[in-house]
Amino acid sequence: MIFIKLIVTNLLCHRVRSLISVSGIALSVAAMLTVVTILQGAIGMFSGILSSDSEIIVFERNVSDLFFSNVSATSFQEISNWPMVAHADPVLFGIVSSADHPIITCFGVTANDARIRTANWIAGDRFSFAQHSDDVVLGERAAEFLTTKLGDHVPIGHGIFHVIGILKTANGFEDGGVFMPLSAAQNFFHKDGTSSVITIKLRNKEDASLFKSMVKERFSNLIALEDAEFNRSYSQFKILKATAWAVGGCGLLLGGFGIANTMIMSVFTRIREIAILRVNGFSRLQIAVMILGESAVVSLAGAVLGLVTGSCLLYALKLVPALHGYVDVTLQPAVLLIVMVLALITGIAGALYPAAYAVRVKAVEALRFE
Amino acid sequence: MNSSAQTKITPHIVLRAEGVWKSFDDGAISVLKGVDFAASEGQTVALCGPSGCGKSTLLHLFGGLDAPDRGRVSVNGVEVNRHCDLLRLLRYEIGFVFQLHNLIPDLTLEENCLIPTVAAGLDRHVAQARLLQLAERTGLTHRLTHRIQNLSGGERQRTALCRALMNRPKILLADEPTGSLDEQTSGAVFDLLLEVVAKERVTLVMATHDRALAARCDHLLEMRDGRIYESVIA
Repeated sequence: MIFIKLIVTNLLCHRVRSLISVSGIALSVAAMLTVVTILQGAIGMFSGILSSDSEIIVFERNVSDLFFSNVSATSFQEISNWPMVAHADPVLFGIVSSADHPIITCFGVTANDARIRTANWIAGDRFSFAQHSDDVVLGERAAEFLTTKLGDHVPIGHGIFHVIGILKTANGFEDGGVFMPLSAAQNFFHKDGTSSVITIKLRNKEDASLFKSMVKERFSNLIALEDAEFNRSYSQFKILKATAWAVGGCGLLLGGFGIANTMIMSVFTRIREIAILRVNGFSRLQIAVMILGESAVVSLAGAVLGLVTGSCLLYALKLVPALHGYVDVTLQPAVLLIVMVLALITGIAGALYPAAYAVRVKAVEALRFE
Repeated sequence: MNSSAQTKITPHIVLRAEGVWKSFDDGAISVLKGVDFAASEGQTVALCGPSGCGKSTLLHLFGGLDAPDRGRVSVNGVEVNRHCDLLRLLRYEIGFVFQLHNLIPDLTLEENCLIPTVAAGLDRHVAQARLLQLAERTGLTHRLTHRIQNLSGGERQRTALCRALMNRPKILLADEPTGSLDEQTSGAVFDLLLEVVAKERVTLVMATHDRALAARCDHLLEMRDGRIYESVIA
């Protein structure tokens, strides 16, 4: 109890200094949580597009981005006829632009595609999709920023398209995107007879391994991955995740320097107290644990405050209409745990030098210290 | 057979220094120059002498807070300054009382006194019982929950005495224990110090300028220029 009081008392005696340290860690943690959660959410939404009513995705091997993937119509035809395949949907991804919006995701899909079949149509009729080559269906958010309604003609890229439906979807990319008939998209993006990916739904999920090996054997230029595998291995996702953790990590590193500075100050101001404890039989280990414990308390308090702040920030972002559907702010327990552990490690690492200094304090000299 | 020879008991030496030298600033300041010293169980020894004669330095060497350049300091026959022995020494063999009480101001009297027991990992109930015993002997029972800032100088020094004796050390090293107190309080604290060390059967080695107080110890050693010159049995 006294040991804990020795740790906590010092923090309470220097409230402003402690508060600054806690705030430093809290801001770092909040930044890390926000960046990681937003990017994880974006990744989740993108992979959600691919895994809509499917469990396997087939695309061109060794492409750095799915926008550069080309899967031929003949490959699609053959795969869709395999007995274990319940249904296969070719999807062509493209980026289009309109007057004030340089980047709008475009999906070239068939009328049977799950995105069209299962979507919540707030205007128009899904059975009218792909009747004409200039027909498009807009996500609700896209219709909003393009100030377009059902039946209008809207300029997208170098073409004028007829809006025959508006969809409401929770996925930001889809909600802010444009759906074109596959053939029209192939024409628009000069990718005749190809799609970017094929999404596959199997009759029996246990056939996934067989399906993947068949793709590997039959098409040397294609690769088939289950959704979870794709999320793990897709290079763009890896880059995004690494960037998120690196940005967050830099923030936490700065927080760590703050902790180190605080703890050095703490040790200097407690040098006489440390000497008293040494004279009264405290071992070097006990002194080190006391200093590291103080840092751990600061880190954990900062981490908790940072998680609360970060969560509030994410919630606020979710309420911003312009970001509706683009930011998935679902807090993942694994992310929370990792952020807490990283904050704790940072705090303890920041206190290593001060602790090493404290255990080397010579009691006889420190007791002369006024 | 001579009856007096039969009853003579050789005193057990608990603290010994043999040819101890100590200097600072790479030998520029020579403080102790071959000090020999011995104190037996239950003795009270006063070290007197002018400032800078090496009294405090000698106490620091006795307590293992510093190491001699030459010579040997031993407690109960075990040489001080071997690390593992040093920790045991500070926890169980030696207690310190300083001129400045050296208490932790943010803790209460009770918590300050319990510090040595926390260091030694003593059972909480045993520690509490010991604290009550010492608090009663030093008249601090009513002040246990008070913070150090709220105690008088005398009470602080009595608290330091309690803390030093918590783990029942065999030797109490007191460096000017009454040096920061007024004459009246100084006398009272010293009376208490002698009373408590007698009850606890502790060997007291005290550095002091106050010859009147020193004269009340069993031995009065005169230190000058880094050497012990006289041993006066009080």
